[in-house]
Amino acid sequence: MSILKLSVKELRKKITNKEISVPEVVKAQLAHIEKTNPLYNAYHDINKNALLRAETVQKEIEAGTLDSAFAGVPVAVKDNICTTEMTTTCGSKMLTGFHSPYNATVVKRLQKAGAVIMGKANMDEFAMGSTSETCYYGAVKNPWNPEHVSGGSSGGSAVAVASYGAFASLGSDTGGSIRQPAAYCNMTGVKPTYGSVSRFGLVAYGSSLDQIGPIAHNIEDAAAMLAIISGYDDQDSTSLKQGPFDFNDCLKEDLEGKKIGIPMNYLGEGIDPEIKAAIYEAAKKLSELGAECEEFILPMVDYAVPAYYIIASAEASSNLSRFDGIKYGYHPKKFTDLEDLYLTARSEGFGMEVKRRIMLGTFALSSGYYDAYYQKALKVKALIKQAFDGAFAKYDTILSPVAPTVAPKLGESLNNLLQMYLSDIYTVSVNLAGIPAVSLPCGFNKENLPIGMQFLGQALSEKTLVQLAYAYQSITEHHHKKPQLEVL
Amino acid sequence: MAEYYSDRSKYDVVIGLEVHVEMSTKTKIFCGCSTAFGAEPNTQTCPVCTGMPGVLPVLNEQVVQNAIAAGLATNCEITQNCKFDRKNYFYPDLPKAFQTSQLYLPICRNGWVEINGGNGKKKVRIHQIHMEEDAGKLSHHDNTGETFIDYNRCGVPLMEIVSEPDMTSATEACAYMEALAAIMSYLGVSDCKLEEGSMRGDINVSIKPKGSSVLGTRTETKNLNSFKAITRAIEWEIDRQIDLLENGEKVVQETRRWDDEKGIGYTMRSKENAHDYRYFPEPDLAPMHISDKWIAEVKAKIPELPQQKQARYLNEWQLSEYDAGMIVRSKALALFCEETVALCNEPKEVVNFLMGDGLRLLNENGLDAKDMPFAPKQLSDLVSLVVKGSINKTTAKAVFEKIFRENIDPIEYVKANNLEMVSDEEELVQMVADVIAANPKSVADYKGGKKAALGFLVGQIMRATKGRANAARVNELIREMLQD
Repeated sequence: MSILKLSVKELRKKITNKEISVPEVVKAQLAHIEKTNPLYNAYHDINKNALLRAETVQKEIEAGTLDSAFAGVPVAVKDNICTTEMTTTCGSKMLTGFHSPYNATVVKRLQKAGAVIMGKANMDEFAMGSTSETCYYGAVKNPWNPEHVSGGSSGGSAVAVASYGAFASLGSDTGGSIRQPAAYCNMTGVKPTYGSVSRFGLVAYGSSLDQIGPIAHNIEDAAAMLAIISGYDDQDSTSLKQGPFDFNDCLKEDLEGKKIGIPMNYLGEGIDPEIKAAIYEAAKKLSELGAECEEFILPMVDYAVPAYYIIASAEASSNLSRFDGIKYGYHPKKFTDLEDLYLTARSEGFGMEVKRRIMLGTFALSSGYYDAYYQKALKVKALIKQAFDGAFAKYDTILSPVAPTVAPKLGESLNNLLQMYLSDIYTVSVNLAGIPAVSLPCGFNKENLPIGMQFLGQALSEKTLVQLAYAYQSITEHHHKKPQLEVL
Repeated sequence: MAEYYSDRSKYDVVIGLEVHVEMSTKTKIFCGCSTAFGAEPNTQTCPVCTGMPGVLPVLNEQVVQNAIAAGLATNCEITQNCKFDRKNYFYPDLPKAFQTSQLYLPICRNGWVEINGGNGKKKVRIHQIHMEEDAGKLSHHDNTGETFIDYNRCGVPLMEIVSEPDMTSATEACAYMEALAAIMSYLGVSDCKLEEGSMRGDINVSIKPKGSSVLGTRTETKNLNSFKAITRAIEWEIDRQIDLLENGEKVVQETRRWDDEKGIGYTMRSKENAHDYRYFPEPDLAPMHISDKWIAEVKAKIPELPQQKQARYLNEWQLSEYDAGMIVRSKALALFCEETVALCNEPKEVVNFLMGDGLRLLNENGLDAKDMPFAPKQLSDLVSLVVKGSINKTTAKAVFEKIFRENIDPIEYVKANNLEMVSDEEELVQMVADVIAANPKSVADYKGGKKAALGFLVGQIMRATKGRANAARVNELIREMLQD
């Protein structure tokens, strides 16, 4: 077990020094997942070829043909990222048993780097949800307290790592889906700049907002994973024409001269006082590292949640139309004609939250309403981007909470949907602006549930954000704290 | 004037066309799959064009280039900042359940083409040309009730060319389609084969009281794939609308279909049931910027277009408007013609061969002008023989047919088969004398005023010489001799 608690960097050292072989690691990993998965439900499908793959990787390492930061490292992949070896269900009945005929670009890049994919991580259905409870295959539970949610939509990805079921994982972030579960589970997650990681093979939710990113125990591991998956992909027309990130020269503890803005309108009404205190405490730590912290007002962000739900739902209503029960996915046994086939397949194949957002998006794009909703939301999006541009003219980063509360109890959120949507307040504006953000642990509340914070930066400022997180983690212990797993 | 079922004297007809042209690019619009026609079902597909989860489109640059060329050749403005939109609807032939198309910023706008629809030349304005992807093909099996889907056509690039309502008859509509087909095939952007579905038309028809400036309610009849069907569907629809108005009813705005077998149109869906396509900008494709440089490059590569060629043939070759028009309808035919004329410099003779027996033989053999089974050199040699007077017209016709069918060398063939025209005066005089002596009755008839007898006498000589005698001279000689 102890081997599974290592960071990616530490594990790599042991593999390189031949203290442990990749098959040994993967065997231990599989045995552990078998015990923990019934408790936390992080994985939907376990890779049956993991051990075989481990042996191949081991041989390549020994032959000297493979040397990367993830060679032989067990990882988890969110279930909306296409894989040929395992099913890709997006947490939906609609895609039960679905095998993609191809691998996503990020999967190919991870495999090339020698990572061993352990399985597909559970998630809110089609990434729609903030708790991983809309998953058709059961809710993902928080290892810090299984009565609480994991967060979402990348709940399985966060919990897989938090419960030592993988050393790092891939999630996707459309409105906070990497950062918020990372915060709820004491993980470090990165939502990269829109276009810096290929979306080819990511089952689309809100195409103009979706971005794949890493979740890990610390920023160094997360950055190493981001370096592997990032960079131009000619199969994604929205991918930026640039090479992969290289974070080697920004793992520095010095923050001298860095200007940090803290939006005071994020710390007013509605935020849990313990989270507010943790943010101010973090600001103090950052000041000790030489950074200059200042409070300011970030305009326009009050409109972020409604704009986000209109844009994401509108795009989703179109993206999810292909799930029509005809070519793949859920096909009803009984139907009378084509229209009935569509109705039955989609009524029975999709869950409530997905149907709600499809209806919302369909309405927002309808003739006569397009200008009032979708077009207006796009204008808000542009104004939010401008507001961030203004802030980044003054600050290197914005320090913000990730969520207004810690992980709620299972069942609480789905009973109060509006509350759940509003809890995305601190995360969605990042996706609307297309900018990067790093979510990382900054404390615990009285009930020992993790509190997260995030650094926001201008487009392609990942290196700055990684440096901030690295410096912070070098003088704090929050991210080293581990949950007491019931099986251990 | 054609006979119509209805009395059209009281009405003006207004027709607009939406023409879908399948581009002849090697690969599809958003993936690398082949666009070749006629492959086994579902063999030219990939996750992208079959709309599997997680796929993204990558725009084929050749498609944009073709659309720019089409726009420039039809006098359009090019929308330099253009983008794609999604058109959402459910149908099994559309695996993504949305068609990636252009609504808000189509690539070409405000152009025109010149047509000749029988009442002289006129301009038909083009509202816009946009790029989009084709859908798959469904085949329904009546006996089993099953429907099969072939996704090979999914993602084949299309241009939709939308005209203004500038046409007034089926003849003009067909002339417009033909003009477009000629331009597109000259550009090489499409082969415009209606029978293979690479060109299809939707017709918008309305009628209004003669002279009125207020347009009537229009109907749209979709997916017509032959000139015959277009003509019949338009005529039928005009009759139907006149009938409605004459009976005090109203034309309803609707989408209709045409059953070419039964020769009837029928309602597909009314305006109330019209789809709400919920168009919105395609988020998976970044907006495009088409640079001045790119436009200039495409412009430089645009070949001489049919109308320019036609004008040149009128001028340089003194062809009739009709002949020139016929030749330029096919780029291959025009180029063949030009190459032949370049060799012999006898445009009228060359055109006569190609337009007469040439087109007939192509037709009979189901060939296209680009498959012409002989070389320009062979025709130019033949023309030279005719012009020099080495063979007469009858022989020339026969030799042309031999060239076409057996690919013979005309000079060698004429020599080997002894087909040169008999123009030797002595020989001809002897022949004429012989025929006069042998046919006293015809001679008497001719002298008695039956001029037709002359033809009989000439025919006798032509038969005797197997058509080789110089018919014109024979004619003259007989007349001279019988005048005595």
